[in-house]
Amino acid sequence: MPDLLIELFSEEIPARMQTRAAADLKKLVTDGLVEAGLTYASAGSFSTPRRLALTVEGLTAESAAVREERKGPRTDAPEKALEGFLRSTGLTADQLEKRDMGKKGEVFFAIIEKPGRPAADIIAEVLENAIRNFPWPKSMKWGEGNLKWVRPLHRILCILTDEAGTEVVPLDVDGIKAADKTEGHRFLAPTPFSVTSFEDYSTKLKRAYVVLDAQERADHIWADATSQAFAQGLEVVEDKGLLAEVAGLVEWPVVLMGEIDETFLGLPPEVLKTSMKEHQKFFSVKNPKTGRIEKFVTVANVETEDNGATILAGNQKVLFARLSDAKFFWENDLRIAKAETEPRMKPWLDALENVTFHNKLGSQKERIDRIAALAREIAPVVGADPDLAEQAARVAKADLSSEMIYEFPELQGLMGRYYAEAAGLPAEVANAAEEHYSPLGPSDDVPTAPVSVAVALADKLDTLTGFWAIDEKPTGSKDPFALRRAALGVIRLILGANFRSSLDSAFEAGFRSHVISDFRRVISQQSDEIQKSDLMFELKIDAENSLSSQIEAWAASVEGGELRDEIQERFVELSHELFSFFHDRLKVFLKDKGIRHDVIDACIAMPGNDDLTLLVKRAEALSKTLKTEDGENLVQGFKRANNILSKEEEKDGVSYELDPKIELAETEEEKTLFAALDAAEAKITPAMEAEDFTTAMTAMAELRAPIDAFFEAVKINADSQIVRRNRLCLLNRIRVICGGVADLTKLEG
Amino acid sequence: MAETTSKPTSFQEIILRLQTYWAAQGCAIMQPYDMEVGAGTFHPATTLRSLGTNPWAAAYVQPSRRPTDGRYGENPNRLQHYYQYQVLIKPSPPQMQDLYLGSLKAIGIDFALHDIRFVEDDWESPTLGAWGLGWEVWCDGMEVSQFTYFQQVGGHDCKPVSGELTYGLERLAMYILGCDHVMDMPFNDPQSPIALSYGDVFKQTEEEYSRWNFDMADTDTLLQHFKDAEAECQRILDAPYDDPKTGKRIVMAHPAYDQAIKASHLFNLLDARGVISVTERQAYIGRVRALSKACADAFVQSTAGGWTPEAA
Repeated sequence: MPDLLIELFSEEIPARMQTRAAADLKKLVTDGLVEAGLTYASAGSFSTPRRLALTVEGLTAESAAVREERKGPRTDAPEKALEGFLRSTGLTADQLEKRDMGKKGEVFFAIIEKPGRPAADIIAEVLENAIRNFPWPKSMKWGEGNLKWVRPLHRILCILTDEAGTEVVPLDVDGIKAADKTEGHRFLAPTPFSVTSFEDYSTKLKRAYVVLDAQERADHIWADATSQAFAQGLEVVEDKGLLAEVAGLVEWPVVLMGEIDETFLGLPPEVLKTSMKEHQKFFSVKNPKTGRIEKFVTVANVETEDNGATILAGNQKVLFARLSDAKFFWENDLRIAKAETEPRMKPWLDALENVTFHNKLGSQKERIDRIAALAREIAPVVGADPDLAEQAARVAKADLSSEMIYEFPELQGLMGRYYAEAAGLPAEVANAAEEHYSPLGPSDDVPTAPVSVAVALADKLDTLTGFWAIDEKPTGSKDPFALRRAALGVIRLILGANFRSSLDSAFEAGFRSHVISDFRRVISQQSDEIQKSDLMFELKIDAENSLSSQIEAWAASVEGGELRDEIQERFVELSHELFSFFHDRLKVFLKDKGIRHDVIDACIAMPGNDDLTLLVKRAEALSKTLKTEDGENLVQGFKRANNILSKEEEKDGVSYELDPKIELAETEEEKTLFAALDAAEAKITPAMEAEDFTTAMTAMAELRAPIDAFFEAVKINADSQIVRRNRLCLLNRIRVICGGVADLTKLEG
Repeated sequence: MAETTSKPTSFQEIILRLQTYWAAQGCAIMQPYDMEVGAGTFHPATTLRSLGTNPWAAAYVQPSRRPTDGRYGENPNRLQHYYQYQVLIKPSPPQMQDLYLGSLKAIGIDFALHDIRFVEDDWESPTLGAWGLGWEVWCDGMEVSQFTYFQQVGGHDCKPVSGELTYGLERLAMYILGCDHVMDMPFNDPQSPIALSYGDVFKQTEEEYSRWNFDMADTDTLLQHFKDAEAECQRILDAPYDDPKTGKRIVMAHPAYDQAIKASHLFNLLDARGVISVTERQAYIGRVRALSKACADAFVQSTAGGWTPEAA
């Protein structure tokens, strides 16, 4: 059982691609080997900045011989059929066997013998194929060659080792010949050396200043960094992404801790951290007592004569220059934030006029105007002061014009808070500047401060209604404007804030300006009388006016009212589409919370489904109840009544919706059911009013026994039509009462 | 590999050592292009010569201008006029990285003391319609060069591929010479009878150009010049390759490319004057790129670009 070792040695592979590439190499090669009929015991792959390595242990020395029998045409079949069969098998006619198949006549058989192949042949083929078809995110050519790799490929090491010794797998990919040689660290051990096995390889590499395993490098970095920090009473700020990246930048990690100049300790910690991480790949080291970031950790790739003193001094100098820049931006930004302009931060707000948000949705400035109007409208519903909400919306994106955000876009919002605070704006406004982007991811916190919620909702609703209005909806895996995320954000904000207004009105407010400007655009493109149209659309969008009243206002100036109808129609259509998008998002959201999609459908089918808080309350209660005996009783009782009733209704072509009369009840069971329904209703009605759906459903579930008893004793299709009708109406009453929380017909199973 | 590990003492010594080193590696030492450019890549010795199949090896200093980076000579390392050192070898030799490291050694970087790293940084020039893969090279955390394997230039696939190096000379020299402010850096030998600092040479011009770039340059004139350069470039390229006067086939790729360079620099000036909005920006870049591409198209139809009567 030989072992296989492969190393692909190249110029520096981008850190972010290494892990994936090692996994891809393993998959491509092992899949290829298995497909060609080899088996192996285990395989492992590794990456460093300059190499991908794969070890495959316990490989079969050759693939098994394969004997395949294939049935062909009858011997009396036309010549063409035989030719085709020969072509597909690669045999000649005299190599075929004839077999008598009884009734089916005499048939040709081909016996195809595939001899076993030595592992080396297979490996050479598989590896060449892997190299030529490697799924690098980006690859390149170099020199005069046509081979593509992530960066120029220099060496291929490919050896098979067994008891007898080590053999190089003969392979030549565009002039790069496989051998048993590799190189160590670029500076510390550049002389090529031969290896005989994986063990020999990794040992010699370590001696040549290369730690092959990325995890081992990362562990070493983290252990060394934390212990150096600990020795000084400090701690390293954890950053797993950065750790993985840094481990991909070095073959021989040497951890060095350095100082941040006093001058910069007054910068916001996030700025220090981001600047050090983004530009220098430094870890931040903080003082746990003060929470301040006071030092940094950098990871060098080399051991030096002076124990890294020169390297550290150089890094500190670079950091000094970087932070000088950051400080320069911070101070310039603060000057603008603190200037007594009206409104505050005016130069930044003005600058947003020149920033396009989307060519069909106008500038950032226009967008902010819309968000401000919307935030004002939403404010009362979420318990925020309308003036504050509007003010917050107006300054929330001011930081986008700041120098700091130009340099570090990822600090948007956060710097907004710092600058709003510096501007002396109310705390709620500063908060909203930071929080209005939230929630971003599914695990991101949802803001709860009313002003932040108002602005966050307005921001996302404007985005959603805007892209809907210009027909840029997400399709399949494409969602370039992150609209799914925005919708999920709205859902979480609404649920988090217990927002109890219909989404409809929020949509209407959001769509208002978009639909108007959309029509303005369409009209100005179509109409020859642009001036007239423009006059018409001079109408100011007034937050106090509802969409319909504005449409009425324009309609008066348009002949025939065609435009009014068209706008109204478009508005309804858009709202409808956006609704079902939200309901889909809601299903995804609730599914993660363990609520089945049919449960959600059953609740969506109820009136008031644009009140997401109510909808979710229903769904949660129903989901919970369905897991209990009550749930089973409720569903069974309902189904029994509903099935018969629906059948009869369909047969008769009528709906039995009148109140059943107890006077017409003939049996005891029937009378008991009447009483039970009255008793249940007495409990259900107040519970429904209080939106206590669980209690309501418990009361509904109690109906099962009287319902069952009723069906046992009573024949629905009584001879008397009056009695029959009354009984069907009684069933309808069950249906209505039990269907109060959700449309139980939508439940599956 | 040149074993010059002694420390240089001045800005110009670093340049001279690079010149000597790359000359020894067989590069043609060219002179700066005599036009305002934003980077050494714009020199036709790089942009145009990276196209076509003819081998090429050149190295040169290129004064470069980035009007928006002007800081009136006050910022320790930001300048609106600075120098780049540029190397282009086509096809890229297999030992390109070693050649590059040799150049660092030549200017006094001792690998026993410093940490040199190749960090992913793909290069793209939207105005040249060019891109390549490579790295920024770090020395002790400081970016000292850009190293790129050109994949496409002016919309043309590079075949063969050129290896390109760009050294930001001021920053590199400040690091080697241990200067904290560019203006304090010795320009010539500090022991010379008339020792000059970088500031002695450039402080005043930085001030003058910063003022002009940011506040004085006449935008109407610049806009007009941009349009003129664009029109002239197209006009030159529209001319038939066969010259009626000499009867020769003369593709005027270089004169046309001069106009593209002009347009590019005028765009940078307009940008510094703050008169180009974000939306217009893309449009301007697109216009310059269209010119670069047209020039590249013309160059590959010329002899230097690999055109032969046989192939035609």
